Amino acid sequence: MAEVNNQMLGESISAQFGNQVLSVEETYGTLDIVVEKSIIIPLIKWLKTHDKFQVNFLTSLCGVHFPEQNDRELSVVYHLHSFINNIRFRIHVFLPASQLEIPTLTTLFAGANWMERETFEFYGIKFIGHPDLRIILNVEDMDYHPLLKQYPLVDATRTDKDDKYFGR
Amino acid sequence: MINISDDNFEKHKALNGQDQSDQELKQYNYLNLGPTHPATHGIFQNILKMDGEVIVDAQPTIGYIHRAFEKLAENRPFYQITTITDRLNYCSSPINNIGWHLTVEKLLGVKTPKRLDYLRVIIMELARIADHIICNSVVAVDTGALTGFLYVFQWREKIYEIYEEICGARLTTNIGRIGGFERDFSEKVFAKINNLLTELPAALSEFEKLVMRNRIFMDRTVNVGGITGERALEYSFTGPNLRAAGVDYDVRVMTPYCSYEDFDFTIPVGSSGDTYDRFCVRQEEMWQSISIIKQALKNLPKGDFHADVPEFYLPPKEEVYNTMEGLIWHFKIVMGEINVPKGQVYQSVEGGNGELGFYLVSDGGRQPYRLHIRRPCFIYYQAYPEMIKGSMLSDAILTMSSMNVIAGELDA
Amino acid sequence: MGLNISKLPNGPEMYVGEGFGLTQIEKVIGMARANSIWPLPFATSCCGIEFMATMASTYDLGRFGAERLSFSPRQADLLMVMGTIAKKMGPVLKQVYTQMAEPKWVIAVGACASSGGIFDTYSVLQGIDKVIPVDVYVPGCPPPPEAILDGILKIQELIKNEPLRRRESAEYNDLLHSYQID
Repeated sequence: MAEVNNQMLGESISAQFGNQVLSVEETYGTLDIVVEKSIIIPLIKWLKTHDKFQVNFLTSLCGVHFPEQNDRELSVVYHLHSFINNIRFRIHVFLPASQLEIPTLTTLFAGANWMERETFEFYGIKFIGHPDLRIILNVEDMDYHPLLKQYPLVDATRTDKDDKYFGR
Repeated sequence: MINISDDNFEKHKALNGQDQSDQELKQYNYLNLGPTHPATHGIFQNILKMDGEVIVDAQPTIGYIHRAFEKLAENRPFYQITTITDRLNYCSSPINNIGWHLTVEKLLGVKTPKRLDYLRVIIMELARIADHIICNSVVAVDTGALTGFLYVFQWREKIYEIYEEICGARLTTNIGRIGGFERDFSEKVFAKINNLLTELPAALSEFEKLVMRNRIFMDRTVNVGGITGERALEYSFTGPNLRAAGVDYDVRVMTPYCSYEDFDFTIPVGSSGDTYDRFCVRQEEMWQSISIIKQALKNLPKGDFHADVPEFYLPPKEEVYNTMEGLIWHFKIVMGEINVPKGQVYQSVEGGNGELGFYLVSDGGRQPYRLHIRRPCFIYYQAYPEMIKGSMLSDAILTMSSMNVIAGELDA
Repeated sequence: MGLNISKLPNGPEMYVGEGFGLTQIEKVIGMARANSIWPLPFATSCCGIEFMATMASTYDLGRFGAERLSFSPRQADLLMVMGTIAKKMGPVLKQVYTQMAEPKWVIAVGACASSGGIFDTYSVLQGIDKVIPVDVYVPGCPPPPEAILDGILKIQELIKNEPLRRRESAEYNDLLHSYQID
C-alpha cells in the first residue's frame, strides 16, 4: 500500500482537525505535526483506528525543554509508526511552563506507561489519567526535574571535587 | 520472604470473624527479588506477590543504574557521545556506536560510500551474534546447562578479538567515527572473520543440539512467559521479543540503513512469544547474521572506508603533522568547534534487543540540544509483570533472562 | 639435625625438618584464605560482562582458587563491585557489605566503581569508596579480563600478608566507623 505518503497524511490530518493542527512540515523525510493539546488523544486515536493509516505503533515519547520560548517552554514529542504503510512521523505538543498537563496516552498504548513516567521525572510534565505517575529512574525523594535546562549536569550538592581543577 | 505463619493466620481469622470465607482470608507472601539477586543478571527489583510458588502480581522498580545519558549528551560535542552509546547495550556496543554515527550523518546529510556500509554491516552483525550468544547461553544456564555457556563463550572472545583488531577495545568499542572508520580493515581482520565464520557454525549447531530439543530445556521454556502479538505491539515491543510473538518487524528491512537492502536474509518469527520462541528466534538470527556477513565479504566493494566529511572526520596523522590545513581541521574537530545544521532527526537501527532509536534535536551548536534515546529494553521491560503473572518463580527468572533485559540500556 | 628453610610454591617460608615444618600460623591461614576466595560478584553494568568473560573458559578465574562464586553475601570473602553504582544503589551496596562476615575484602573493578568514571552526573555515586572501604582498585572502562585477574592477584597478596589481629585493631574499627558501619 504505497499510496499513503507524508503529504497525504498531513493533508488528511489538517482536513480532519482543522485549525487545531498548528503546523505540518517535512524535515529529513519525516513529517513533523504540531497540534493543540486538546486534540492529541483524539488525533492519535483517529490515526490508530483509521482504516487506511492504521498507526499501530508508538515508537517513542519524550519531552524537550525550550526555556526561551515564551508560553511554549516544553514540548512532548510522540514518535508514531504505521507498520502497514511503513510511515513514520512525529507529533509535537507545546505546553506553557505554568500548566504542564497533558492527557495520558496509556489509554491507547500500554507501552506509554513508563515513557510518560520518564518524561514526568525529567521534565515535570503531568500526564492526566496516568495510572501510576511516579518517579521511575532516580531516587524517590528527588525534588527537581533534572533534564530541565536550568539544572546542571553535575550534582549541585557534591563536595568531593574541587571546582578550580575542573575550570568550573 | 515474609511467611505468614499458621498462628497469625488463625489470629487473623479470629479478628475478622468467622463470616468471611477462607478464600477471602487467604494470605499472600511477598518476595523481594532484587536489586542484587544472583538470578536476575543485572540490577532490577521486583516485589512479587506470591500465592505459594505462583506469582500473582509483580511490582518492578528500576533506575538502580541510572546514569543520565540524555543529560550527559547535552553537554558533550557530537563525537564524544559515541562513548556514551557504548554503555547502553554493552553486549553489542558497535551497533549503538554506528546507530549514533548514522544519526549525525543523517543530520549532516552525508552520503556514505558502499564499502563503508558493508564494513559497518559486518561489524553490526558480529555484534548481534555476540549479543545473542550472551542471551541464549544465559537462558541455557538458567535452565541448568552451564556447559553451553562455557562452550559458546569462546567464540564471543573471538568476536572480541576482531573488535580489538579494528579499534583496540573489546567491550565498549567506541568503534568508528562520524563519517566512517578510522582505518580500513587489515588483512588480519578479514582472516579472523573468515576463521570465525568457519568455526562458529559448528559450535552453534552443537549448542543447538545440546539444548534445543532437550526434554528438560523444552519443559522449562515452552509456554513460559508468553505474550501475544497484539499485546506486544501495545507495549511497543521490538526486536527478537516482538518477532517471537509472530510480528515480523525488523528495522533492517522496514527502514533500511547501511545498504541492508542489498542483502538477502530472512526474519525468523515465532508464534507464541514464549521463552522457547525467543530462544529460537535469537538462535536463527545468529545463522542469518552469519549469512549476511558472508554476503558482505563476498560482495565487498572497493573504495573508501569513510565518507568525505572533513568537518567531522579527523584527517590522517601525516596531514595533521605536515600541513596547516590538516592541523586546523584536527583542532577544530577535537575542540568540538564545528557547527551543525539546525533540525531534528530520528534514526533507528536494529540493535541486539530491538529498535534502538536516536531522536536528535540540534540548534546548530556544538552539542545536541536534546538527545532522546529510544531504548528497547526500557520499553519492553514494562510488560514483564504481565508476562510472569500466573507462572512459577523459577519461570519468572527464565522469562527475564530470555527477554535479555540489559540494565545499562534499561536505565540509561 | 639442621633445619632447612624451604618455600612451598605460593606458600610461606618454612623451617623444615624431618617430618615437620615450622612457620607462623598467620602465614598458613593467609595462604589458605588467599587461595580459596569466594567472590561475590556485584555486577551492575558493562564490567559485569567482562567479569563473565573472566569466569568463562578462556580466562578461567577458577585457576586462582576463586572457582566458587558466592551469590550470598553471608558466605563471601571478597566483594567485587563491577559497574556504575547509582545513588539509588548506594544503600543497597552498603547493606550487602555489612552483611558479609569478617574477614572481607573489596575490589572496585572499573572506572565507574572506582571514581564514577565518565558519568560525572547527578545520579551517579562518584566512586564506591564514598560508602564502603575499598582494598584494590582496577582501572579500565571496562578493564580487560587480564586486569581483573591482576586485581584478584593483588587481593591475594593482601590476604596472604594480613595480620591475624587486623580486624580487631583500633585502626580497622576507626575505618569502619568513618563509613558509619558498626
